[in-house]
Amino acid sequence: MKRDGRWLGLYVLAYLVFLYLPVLLIPLFSFNDSIQAAFPLQGFTLQWYASLYGNPALSGALANSLVIGAVAASGATLCGITVSYMDLYGRSPLAATIGAVARLPILIPGVIVGISLLILVNLVGLGPSRVAIVLGHILVALPTTVVIMRSRFAAIPRTVREAALDLGASDWTTFRRVMLPLSLPAVLSAFMLAFLISFDEFIVVFFLAGTEPTLPLYIWSQLRFPRSLPTVMALGTVILAVSFIIAGTAEILRHRGLGAVRRNPA
Amino acid sequence: MSTLAANQPLPEFRSSPVFRFTMLLPGALVTFLLILFALGLVLFLALRGNDGSLLGAGFSLSNFITVVSDPLYWTVTLRSLVIAGLVTMATVVTAYPVAYYLAFHAGRRRGLLLFLVTLPFWTSYLLRVFAWKIVLAYNGVLNSALIESGIWSEPTLAFLNTPAAVVVTLAHAYAPFAILPIYVALDTIPKSLLEAASDLGARPFTSFRRVVLPNSMPGVLAAALVVFVPTVGDYVTPAMVGGPASTMIGSLIQSQFGKANDWPFGAALSVCVMLVILLVVLVARGADRRFGSRT
Repeated sequence: MKRDGRWLGLYVLAYLVFLYLPVLLIPLFSFNDSIQAAFPLQGFTLQWYASLYGNPALSGALANSLVIGAVAASGATLCGITVSYMDLYGRSPLAATIGAVARLPILIPGVIVGISLLILVNLVGLGPSRVAIVLGHILVALPTTVVIMRSRFAAIPRTVREAALDLGASDWTTFRRVMLPLSLPAVLSAFMLAFLISFDEFIVVFFLAGTEPTLPLYIWSQLRFPRSLPTVMALGTVILAVSFIIAGTAEILRHRGLGAVRRNPA
Repeated sequence: MSTLAANQPLPEFRSSPVFRFTMLLPGALVTFLLILFALGLVLFLALRGNDGSLLGAGFSLSNFITVVSDPLYWTVTLRSLVIAGLVTMATVVTAYPVAYYLAFHAGRRRGLLLFLVTLPFWTSYLLRVFAWKIVLAYNGVLNSALIESGIWSEPTLAFLNTPAAVVVTLAHAYAPFAILPIYVALDTIPKSLLEAASDLGARPFTSFRRVVLPNSMPGVLAAALVVFVPTVGDYVTPAMVGGPASTMIGSLIQSQFGKANDWPFGAALSVCVMLVILLVVLVARGADRRFGSRT
């Protein structure tokens, strides 16, 4: 048994290398003094990072991505909180149905989410726009926020909520003063991950963007020009670094305080 | 305010209608309008003819007849299924030992390893695919590394723009999806089952084959599903690393809503993809029941 573990450990190590190596090539070549991403390395340079400054198309796309990410993450988190809370405690077929349908986007390929919303926003006269992208990203992030909030609410002992209700707190008070504060780290975690999903999302946004592209769309438009590849790699490196930091923080938050809730429900 | 006495049996019964309405509203809007109604629109559009207007004209099955009668769509659908099937198999088979290690051997490193295998999940899909483009390109990383190390003398075109490139890239991009469901399934197997197996004289391999593997099948099926669904409809990877010989059904849908500009036909293709996925889900459900779902 012990020896199995050692071989498996080696396998896991190799797996992690496979998982990370291709992605880490992007930062590696972003410092390389050559248009080509090829060996041997041509020497260290920061010129590709310098070229990121003073690019109005890029800063416009960044601003769009940040605003859309923040609004979509707020929407997805709000929906995740309410959907999972009612799914767990609403005791109605409607709440259960909403809870089930909210996880449906996992079973729909992004291209179909994209075109179905494209038809919808054209039907209501909105057209491809930033609002359309926000709606698309709320959908894409919804299963994640629902799953995170659901498991957090479920981890709070039932007795906590029942005690609040027995002591005469209304639904609102119980939700706002008891359940929500106890789940605050998960709320933050859900928000951050929803933001990341929106910030990095490409498949759906491709159909819903009007004249104002997001950052992934900007990258896609640059991929046609071989000369701009190093700049794309510099930009990609920044995005990867920020994604790692946000995802890491979200992950820490998600586990934080869970033990405290279980040990000391009051 | 509540006029109910303090000794009401079930607190849930005190739910105020305003509270319920407010709490259900955001989810109801998103699920019914953005998911169900929007999918309904796709089905509606699929049954219409293309006259350039938003919702098309007339009702007919002509879009579906074209899909079924033109061998092109059979070829592309079959190719999408084969690519997605290979990707699913590759990700699940390679992920299983990782999940097994996490569940039974990781010890104190479990938290860190779980974090490391899920982290790529939260990074840009576009960048992960782009990374493979620079790896596989004619004057790219792999070719130049092979020439530098003397294994190869000439760069080869054989890497990029092949269906194999699509399979490798997709398998890498969706690898993190597969580990978590399998890990959860393995982790929730009661340890007493394993002890019972070894007490009854089962060798480690027998106990794996007869106890661990069947009990982890729900996780394996869930993992297969979450990898299969996004890959079967993918259009970005074929466009980036696949070349013309790797056009997938997602690429066709995308072009109907872009260059080809035949929305009703694109909608019909989408309906077909959803039907295929529904079929796969039903098969997975059936298999799940056979293995005795614990979810």
